[in-house]
Amino acid sequence: MILSAKGLSFIYPSRSVLRNINFTISRGDFLAVLGINGAGKSTLLKCINRILKPCAGTVLIQNDQAGKLSRREMAKRVGYVAQRQESISTTVFDAVLLGRKPYIKWEASPKDLEIAHKALEMLELEEYALRYLDELSGGEQQKVVIARALAQEPDILLLDEPTSSLDLKNQLEVARIIKRVVTTQQIGAVVSMHDLNLSIRFANKFLLLKDGEIFAAGGLEVMTPKNIESVYSVPVIIQNIENVPVVIPM
Amino acid sequence: MAVKIKRMENLKRQRKVARNTDESGLYQQYTGRKKMVLVVLALLIVLVSAAAVNAGSMNLNLYQVVQSILGNGNNLSDIVIWRIRLPRILAAIIAGAGLSVAGCVMQNNLRNPLASPSTLGISNAAAFGANLAIIVFGAGTVRSTSTDAVIINNPYLVTVSAFVCSMMATAAVLFLARIRSFSPEAMVLAGVALSSLFSAGTILIQYFAQDFQIAAVVFWTFGDLGRVAWKEVAILTCLIVFSFIYFLHRRWDYNALDSGEETAKSLGVNVERVRQGGMLVSSLIAAVAVSFLGIIGFIGLVGPQIMRRIIGGDHRYLIPASALMGSLLLLFSDTLARTMAAPVVLPVGAITSFFGAPLFLYLLVRGNQKR
Repeated sequence: MILSAKGLSFIYPSRSVLRNINFTISRGDFLAVLGINGAGKSTLLKCINRILKPCAGTVLIQNDQAGKLSRREMAKRVGYVAQRQESISTTVFDAVLLGRKPYIKWEASPKDLEIAHKALEMLELEEYALRYLDELSGGEQQKVVIARALAQEPDILLLDEPTSSLDLKNQLEVARIIKRVVTTQQIGAVVSMHDLNLSIRFANKFLLLKDGEIFAAGGLEVMTPKNIESVYSVPVIIQNIENVPVVIPM
Repeated sequence: MAVKIKRMENLKRQRKVARNTDESGLYQQYTGRKKMVLVVLALLIVLVSAAAVNAGSMNLNLYQVVQSILGNGNNLSDIVIWRIRLPRILAAIIAGAGLSVAGCVMQNNLRNPLASPSTLGISNAAAFGANLAIIVFGAGTVRSTSTDAVIINNPYLVTVSAFVCSMMATAAVLFLARIRSFSPEAMVLAGVALSSLFSAGTILIQYFAQDFQIAAVVFWTFGDLGRVAWKEVAILTCLIVFSFIYFLHRRWDYNALDSGEETAKSLGVNVERVRQGGMLVSSLIAAVAVSFLGIIGFIGLVGPQIMRRIIGGDHRYLIPASALMGSLLLLFSDTLARTMAAPVVLPVGAITSFFGAPLFLYLLVRGNQKR
């Protein structure tokens, strides 16, 4: 177990967003968080690394209570990629080097540079190292911020809709990269997604959120037409096409 | 076969090492260019300083200037160089650096390219303080001298009053912002509100003032580097050196903040604390500078913006570059202000905008082609 949430709740002044969320993931797990817009996916991710402070419940990160970790300590264990990226005028390499922020005291050490470089390599971005971030396409920018999160050398990756604004090729590529990193580095990933087919292909655990509560959670077995219909209010069928399960809305 | 595979692997590794060193070489080249910009700016400051120490209404030749700086000058040249020109040049370098670097940090902390050291209402608050001292407490008067028609006969009272009022504005804004966890909008809007509150106060005081008092106040607001002696230069230097080190210490936090508040938090940045510290220290610089020198606008806005367009938004380089650009702009403007219509010294604040604005507009139109 590297991450577990127990009874997690969050309330905005006007309405409650998350109620009593419980789940656990281990090393090598790719957890897809699914649900309609406003179901509480982003809020859940932000509550895990305390960008938002949950109102109730606990998050355990490698058996340590998240509330007792300093921001810096948290940043060494949990990497986070927000839904929207700011356009900044630094090079790709510097943007990735920023992932070493929790480790840097005064200046980046040769080790920091090396780790940033490795993160670039993992995402196959070496060629872009000296290009400016605001000159890249959406897909490339998304890879850069994932590289930045990896440069934090985290045990857990939180990715908020990393594929939503990408074209078909980049969606597959980014999902593949996440899957590969999770398996090879033996870290855990919590990824909020909209694309059910992508999640079924790459994730091994699923959390279906409805109105801020867990509707269903578990392995591939929870991704039934019935559950999906209840969460999205759209009837679907699931068919295997060349051994790939495909969700087809009716 | 095994040998062949091993050789292939070796070759692959070598290529990778070569590519890595190639890239790190490129990266060094890229950071080297930024360091070069810093060196060029510093050299320009030295050049303009040399011109500035030679320029002035008292015609000293180069030999006299050098002799005086080396301590072998005569009484008159010593007074001109050591009491008038050198403190003034140093004040321009130090205050320019301070105002510009404060603007750089404010633009980052408030996530607003229009932010400058006076964003939190400091200039208007200081002006109110000066009005209060000159008009209500009678620190200003008129004298018929050949140089200045207006003399502020108690400059300390004016300075202290301006400083107290600007720190009151800062404290009020930061206190209000604290309630809204230092959100940039809250701070900018609170600054705008306080600004207008203080200008309203100023208008009311001026409405009941005598015309010579108004003249003194207007004279004060022009901003003038000639007001400082060594003691003020020393105070400014201490404050700005301390602030500069503090800002440099925070440079990675500011870079993280540029990527968005949530991302910064996820990178381990205590966003509230960084903003609180950044705003407090930059406001302190602005308050001290405006109290000693009067209102010198535009440097804090345009200094960092010019450098952002030349070397990019990385605060590791942007902070020192902004400081140097601020020094250069203020020193250059002040030297022009002293020489353009000599023996009349023009108000440096106006000259700064006069030359800074076209330069800035040019860079704006040219875009970010080279960074």
